Amino acid sequence: MSAISVTGLTKSYPDKVLGKKMAVDGLDLEVAHGEIFAILGPNGAGKTTTVEILEGYRQRDGGAVTVLGQDPGAISKSDRAWRSRIGIVLQSTHDAADLTVRESVSHFSHYYPNPRDPQEVIAAVGLLEKAEAKVGTLSGGQRRRLDVALGIIGRPEILFLDEPTTGFDPEARRSFWDLIRELKKSGTTILLTTHYLDEAEALADRVAVITNGRIVEVATPATLGGRNTAKARITWIEEGSYQELESDDPTGEVMRLSQRFNGEIPELTVTRPTLEDIYLKMIGHS
Amino acid sequence: MNPSIIRIGFLRGALEIKQFFRQRESVVFTLLFPIMLLFIFGSVFTDTIAPGVTFSQYFVAGMIASGLVNTGFQQLAIMIPVERDFGTLKRLRGTPMSPVSYFIGKAILVTVSTAIQVAILILVGRLFFGLILPTTSERWIRFAILIVLGSICATILGIAFSAVPKSGRGASAVVSPVVIILQFISGVFFVFSQLPTWMQQIAAVFPLKWLTQGMRSVFLPDSFAMREPAQSWEFNRTLIILLIWTLIGTFFAIRSFKWSEK
Repeated sequence: MSAISVTGLTKSYPDKVLGKKMAVDGLDLEVAHGEIFAILGPNGAGKTTTVEILEGYRQRDGGAVTVLGQDPGAISKSDRAWRSRIGIVLQSTHDAADLTVRESVSHFSHYYPNPRDPQEVIAAVGLLEKAEAKVGTLSGGQRRRLDVALGIIGRPEILFLDEPTTGFDPEARRSFWDLIRELKKSGTTILLTTHYLDEAEALADRVAVITNGRIVEVATPATLGGRNTAKARITWIEEGSYQELESDDPTGEVMRLSQRFNGEIPELTVTRPTLEDIYLKMIGHS
Repeated sequence: MNPSIIRIGFLRGALEIKQFFRQRESVVFTLLFPIMLLFIFGSVFTDTIAPGVTFSQYFVAGMIASGLVNTGFQQLAIMIPVERDFGTLKRLRGTPMSPVSYFIGKAILVTVSTAIQVAILILVGRLFFGLILPTTSERWIRFAILIVLGSICATILGIAFSAVPKSGRGASAVVSPVVIILQFISGVFFVFSQLPTWMQQIAAVFPLKWLTQGMRSVFLPDSFAMREPAQSWEFNRTLIILLIWTLIGTFFAIRSFKWSEK
């Protein structure tokens, strides 16, 4: 059975001009246990709405949803067992400025039946040096790592991450990715929304591209949009000018070129479309 | 098994108190502001307002009553919208913490800050303004009942009113005038019987007027009861009105409490 299963999900919001606007318009999704699944899409595509329905924050208009075998829309406020099995990292928070990192993490650990050790979690997110610092003094990236610490302290089976690395510097992002891979190794299912294609490519087993509240495609990062079979682009310099060609058979082309040049091809590049090229084409901004 | 709701409630209470004392504004606003008012009013109005009753005696009774409104109603009605804005409430809703634990935590915060404020008011009143403390156990029991019921009522109304301010930033501007106007018309800053009748009648709809009257029944001689609107302390009526407001507050708190803006 899937960790997350969504069929025909719909959700609309009141809209001043149109009467109502469909934020999610018949969306289907299956996320397997232990998988890192990324949802990509432009702003307003319905990513956050979808995730918040899965987290039990919003009620849907139609369709069927199960998360860990239960319908999040039918979870009553007093049902704490299901909530103990999921972890949520929201988009942005500014709370608990007067508590220290350690106080926050330790406090949240008391909410769960089988929490991780606060000290280990603080170390895992790389905040050991800041453990005694007030939350209000943390940088944006440190703050975000605290959010993740609070999301994983309860040893969740599913972790929801909504744009987790916005505002990170490259080094912080790398170490964050390592943390997510560690969580995957420990068996956690991770649902991630992101703007960053390199992030989806680095982390996700599968990605879904959403526009206008619908799934455009679900695939592995390497095969999305036929990326693996797309023509490769070969560029080089010949007689002082830039040359390029697209080919289904790049290896053969390179060999032929090599014969022509009798060895080294000047400034040779062979590239396949990046995930970004594919993605932009899919959302209609090619 | 999930940890007990009550235990988490107490852990939240401890956390709330820790945060309270780390916020300089909340300590100053909640604990020092009433003392400053007591010094100003106590120093300006040195008359006796009735045989054996100084204005300070009258004023301390009123300030203790409005202290319950400050630490219960005002504190929560401002703090909860801020927590909503900052995402605290949304984050908590996403955890297995029961909403009941959250409200237990808030009740503990109100209890502790109220106790401190009342103790400071009585101490300063006693040291600097000749405050006479009640001598009969009956009056102390009445005092305890008023503190407990008044705090519960103010806390619940504060939680209910927290749905009114649209943002955390604007909360103070929405909530504070309500409290200040009530203080003026309910006999905290002025002797209630000297207010215009229509103003007394408006005040009688709201709980603060009854709390101040109840506190006067604790701190003022029984002879002063003749000066109250009904020529008596009306203690039972006070309890009934506080209960009614508590029920109204509970209804709206359950109906309209918002965990996030949208």
